[in-house]
Amino acid sequence: MTDWNIVTLVGQDRPGIVSRVTRVLYEAGCTLGEASMIRLGGSFTILLMVSGTRPNAELETALAPVAAELGLRVHLDPVQGGLHQHLVPNIQVRVTGSDRTGIVAEVTQCLADQGFNILDLESDVVGNARAPVYIMNIQGTCARTLEDLQQALAGLTIRGISVDVAPIELMIG
Amino acid sequence: MAILNILTLPDERLKQPSVAVVHFDQELLAFIDALEETRRAGPAAVGIAAPQVGRHQRIIIVDCSGRPKTANHGHLVLINPEIAHWEGFEIGREGCLSVPDYTGNVIRATRLQLKAQGPEGDPLEFVMEGFEARAVQHELDHLDGLLFVDRVVSRRTDLYRRRVYQKGKLAN
Repeated sequence: MTDWNIVTLVGQDRPGIVSRVTRVLYEAGCTLGEASMIRLGGSFTILLMVSGTRPNAELETALAPVAAELGLRVHLDPVQGGLHQHLVPNIQVRVTGSDRTGIVAEVTQCLADQGFNILDLESDVVGNARAPVYIMNIQGTCARTLEDLQQALAGLTIRGISVDVAPIELMIG
Repeated sequence: MAILNILTLPDERLKQPSVAVVHFDQELLAFIDALEETRRAGPAAVGIAAPQVGRHQRIIIVDCSGRPKTANHGHLVLINPEIAHWEGFEIGREGCLSVPDYTGNVIRATRLQLKAQGPEGDPLEFVMEGFEARAVQHELDHLDGLLFVDRVVSRRTDLYRRRVYQKGKLAN
C-alpha cells in the first residue's frame, strides 16, 4: 500500500515552477498521482498527490531549496486512499451574476441541502473592476432529479444570480 | 460465442488505422456477433469498434436504444462508415472501454449525415444527432487509430452552452 501526501505549493506565477518542482520530486524518488495546477489571480497554485517511501521530513527538505528560490509556500497533508477512486459527475451547475459576497455560500447551501456532492468547482471573476461578474462552474453527483435541483435553486434567481442546472451525459464507447 | 479481449491504453494496436471491409461473408457475421457480445459484457457501453478487440477493419456497433429520451436509430452495425456531412459542435463527457477509470470532455459535431454498409454489404444512410452522433464519432475515431483522450479538452474550455434540443423534434 502506497502512502500518499497531498502537497500544496503556492507562489507568485512565473514560468518554470512545474518543471522545477516535479524534477526535484522525481529525483527524490517520488511518484506523482492526480494533480490540479492552475493560476489563480497572480499566483500559481499546485495541489499534487505525491507518494514515496521516504519520510515526509525528507520530502520537505528536498523541496525546501526550490521553494525558497521560486518563492513558493509548501504544505504537506498525509492522506488516506490513493488512485482509481474517480466518481463520474452527473450534474453540472453554471452560475453567473454581478459579483457580490455570498454567491458561493448561497448556491452551495442549496446544493448541499439536496445531497449534492461537489467533485469540481472552478470560478472566475470577470468583467472589469467597476462591474465585476462572478462565473462559477460546478460538477458533481446528486441522486435527486433535475427538477428537484432546479426548484431548490429557483429562489436564487430573484436574488440576481443566474443558475443553470444540466445533466452531464456520459457516453461510453 | 466467446467474449473478446478488449485492448486498453497504452496498447499500440489502438493507434493503428483500420482498413475497409471487402468480403461480406459468414466469418464477418460471426465476428460481429462476438463484437456485440463483448460490448454487452462491458460497463454500459453504447458502442464498440473492431480495432478495440485487435481486428483492424472498419466495423463499428452503436446502440443508444437503451437510453431514455435519446433520439436513436436502434441497434446499428456499421461497416465502412463515413461522415458525409456534419454540423454544429458541442462538448460532452466520454469514457471508453479501452481507457478504464477515466472520463473527459470532448468536442463533437452535433449532427451527422452518415453513409455506411450493413453486415451484408447493403448501403445505409442516416441523419443523426446528439448522443447517438457522439457515439458514432467516438467509434469512427477508433477506426482511424484515435482515442477520445487524444481529443479531451480542459474543464475550463467548457465555454459552449449545452445545446437544448426541441422536445419531440427527432424520432419518437
